[in-house]
Amino acid sequence: MQFHQHTLPNGLQVIAELNPSVHSVAAGFFVRTGARDETGGVSGVSHFLEHMAFKGDDRISADDVNRIFDEVGANYNASTGEEVTMYYAAVLPEYLDTTMELLSVLMQPSLGQQDFDMEKNVILEEIGMYDDHPSFTAYDTIMATHFADHPLGQSILGTKQSIEALTSEQMQTYHADRYKAGNMTLVVAGNTDFDSLLALVEKHCGSIPEGQCKRELPEAVPKPTIRLVTKESSVQQHVMQMGAAPKGTDELRYAAELLSVVVGDDSGSRLFWELVDPGHVDAAEVGYNEYDGAGTWMSYLGCQPDRVEENIAVMSRVFEEVNANGILREELEQAKNKVASRIVLRGERPMGRLSSLGGNWVYRKEYKSVADDLKTVRALSLSDIDALLKQYPIRMSTTVGVGPREQLDLG
Amino acid sequence: MVDSPDSNQPWGSIGPFWLVARTGGVESDLLFLQHFRPRVVFKQSLLHPKEKMSNQKFESFSLPSGLQVVVQSMSGVESAAVTLMIPAGSVLDQPGKSGTAAILSEMFPRGAGDLSARELSAAMDNLGLQRSVSGGVGYITLSAATTADRISEAIPLIASIITAPHLDQEQFGPSRELVQQALSALEDEPRQRLGQFLRRCSYSAPWGNPAEGELADIPDITLQDVQQHYTSSICPNNAVIGVAGNVNAAELQDTVASAFEGWSPKEVAVPDTGGVEASPKHVEHDSAQTHIGLAWETVPYRHERYFEAWAAVSLLSGGMSSRLFTEVREKRGLCYAISASINTQKEQARVFGYAGTTNERAQETLDVMVAEIRRLHEGITDDELQRCKARAKSTLIMQQESTMSRSGSLARDTLHLGRVLGLQEIRSRIDSLTVDQVRDFALEFAPDSMVLVTIGPDALDTSCLSTAAPAV
Repeated sequence: MQFHQHTLPNGLQVIAELNPSVHSVAAGFFVRTGARDETGGVSGVSHFLEHMAFKGDDRISADDVNRIFDEVGANYNASTGEEVTMYYAAVLPEYLDTTMELLSVLMQPSLGQQDFDMEKNVILEEIGMYDDHPSFTAYDTIMATHFADHPLGQSILGTKQSIEALTSEQMQTYHADRYKAGNMTLVVAGNTDFDSLLALVEKHCGSIPEGQCKRELPEAVPKPTIRLVTKESSVQQHVMQMGAAPKGTDELRYAAELLSVVVGDDSGSRLFWELVDPGHVDAAEVGYNEYDGAGTWMSYLGCQPDRVEENIAVMSRVFEEVNANGILREELEQAKNKVASRIVLRGERPMGRLSSLGGNWVYRKEYKSVADDLKTVRALSLSDIDALLKQYPIRMSTTVGVGPREQLDLG
Repeated sequence: MVDSPDSNQPWGSIGPFWLVARTGGVESDLLFLQHFRPRVVFKQSLLHPKEKMSNQKFESFSLPSGLQVVVQSMSGVESAAVTLMIPAGSVLDQPGKSGTAAILSEMFPRGAGDLSARELSAAMDNLGLQRSVSGGVGYITLSAATTADRISEAIPLIASIITAPHLDQEQFGPSRELVQQALSALEDEPRQRLGQFLRRCSYSAPWGNPAEGELADIPDITLQDVQQHYTSSICPNNAVIGVAGNVNAAELQDTVASAFEGWSPKEVAVPDTGGVEASPKHVEHDSAQTHIGLAWETVPYRHERYFEAWAAVSLLSGGMSSRLFTEVREKRGLCYAISASINTQKEQARVFGYAGTTNERAQETLDVMVAEIRRLHEGITDDELQRCKARAKSTLIMQQESTMSRSGSLARDTLHLGRVLGLQEIRSRIDSLTVDQVRDFALEFAPDSMVLVTIGPDALDTSCLSTAAPAV
């Protein structure tokens, strides 16, 4: 396993973790842009642009992009979040040249009017699809509420209205602003050698325009809020809650990840034993999410509408018990074992390594091997958990409900 | 009559559920909106270049009880995975008791042997064992994975879950409650409900039974029903264990043999076959989209022409350049999610097609989908087929990096085919596919009639379904 790093003259950063014993190689562009970077009434443009990237350029059409990726048998996709838009493909090593060429086309698409008009329909369909997912509605609403007046509150999908109003000129402006080489990292994991990789990168990515991008990192100041989205036809009530947790650059984030496993993993956690195992809810979990300059505890609960108050009370009691007394040594050890095995299993595939490598680099400019991650997990102690809880107790300030309930009495 | 993998009954399906499940929960992928890509469903039907096959090594053995064990030693990985499949899924739910297998699956890890539910959970967590027990239509499947150095400690725990579960009153109430909660949550997911209806309108009962159960039946299911399901159908003689990873088959043999010692074979009754639900069917639902499901008959995995069937469906929905994606989404912008894939049981199979679209565009979406299915045999090019082959090849090779997907394939192959398909054999069968073969298959198996299920505010005009299938 070898780590390499290089910066092209245009500012594009290239990082690679190479491993000759795997069968495939995965490559991905991590562009440091997303919903939080959308200003001036272009809500949803980052995600819409991610779709438009696959429409190609003057030389390689949309049909070509789809056809050639399929010809090389690529496992490829893209995703958009609040802070990062990523484009990736996993292929057999012999197809890396073609794959790098296509990925670089995705970074500089034509954004033609006809494609824009057609793809707008697909985006509107996607908005419709997520409308039928109560848990997504809850997520979109809680981000908007917890991060009200903060860039992180901006919707990834946008709304039907914002997408309908969006013009291709606005998208071109956004693209020119955000898709600069200095705002991107190319991440490669798997079976190739660095010299030939660099040759490919220089051949295909040298033309990406140089430049850096700014991002404001205002402090989030959530106000305690309960918000309900009433869906009469919904059978279950879906409740999400959110509270402040360590920022993406905070060393406490490791302890936060481990604590979320102890308290809110989907099995064997405190919430599992209190709520899921007895059959009171269909799911009760808590997770830790890290952002640029912010962090959240986020919980989810799904249950019968008339049982929300009692289940939320149990959840809050579990959180307060942990906040007051911490966790047991054996719980910590169990969580470490769980997390360590997940790291090993995920790390066996180049695709599994890609997101971890890219995330660490984009957020912190650091490289962490699987061995480094395991070492970090093993070294965490109860005093780290205590330090975390002192600064960031699991205490939820924002609540969102989606379902038949018109009001909640959470005391 | 004793059921075995070679009997004439279709047991369950291969591969993941055809609709991407997205149940409620704090999922990390909720933070990213996936740019939709149709899923590769048939991991079995793929090929592998010769030069990379040197490290592929299978060993199989049977215990005296009839339990079959298949092991693949994989180099270059640190983990090991186990998949245990038992043909005891919801097809064996008694009439009016739909959900018994689901409750049993929920109860399995709730205490076994000397360990209480919590002790068992802690023991597995301490081994870093990622695991799940899922009740499917044909099979109850236990999957587990951890680092290879711990697998010999994990196997006795896995065995005790299956051979010595407590199945007591204390755990029954919460388990039944949880299954009921999961079914209620499903009511809020129209796309998943569609899959249930489509299955019921495609297969005769009980082969169309929902794996998750029926909300209305759950209150009538008793602990005795669950125990009866366990006693009558959980047995080693029809079950298979696949193990893949950094393991030594010879060492593993003793571990498995002693862990499953005392699990006795028995005869399993074959359920009576009932009727199929009528279609076209529309289910009214207050949803933003209309969810469209289509189904038609094809050949199952064990059929000699399966690879032709696979290729035909790949042309329709095998990648971003496939016909449905191109015609419905790329050219017309009618939907975001569209797919078609084979759902195979042991002796019968269907192609399931799906599209989700806003209500005003639903009619056109249906019409275009049906037209594409009807013209599947037309104009197949060699390039088109080559792309399907290339995708198959790379997926198969990447599967060699995942111990979990390998152990699943070992178990499924053994149950469906009575053996594991060697990669060389898969490769040559895929390589030898020709345009003529695939076209002939598409013509011969062109659906005379299709099952249609829609969920949404309004029913659609179904006259497009009555156009004649092409003449052979």
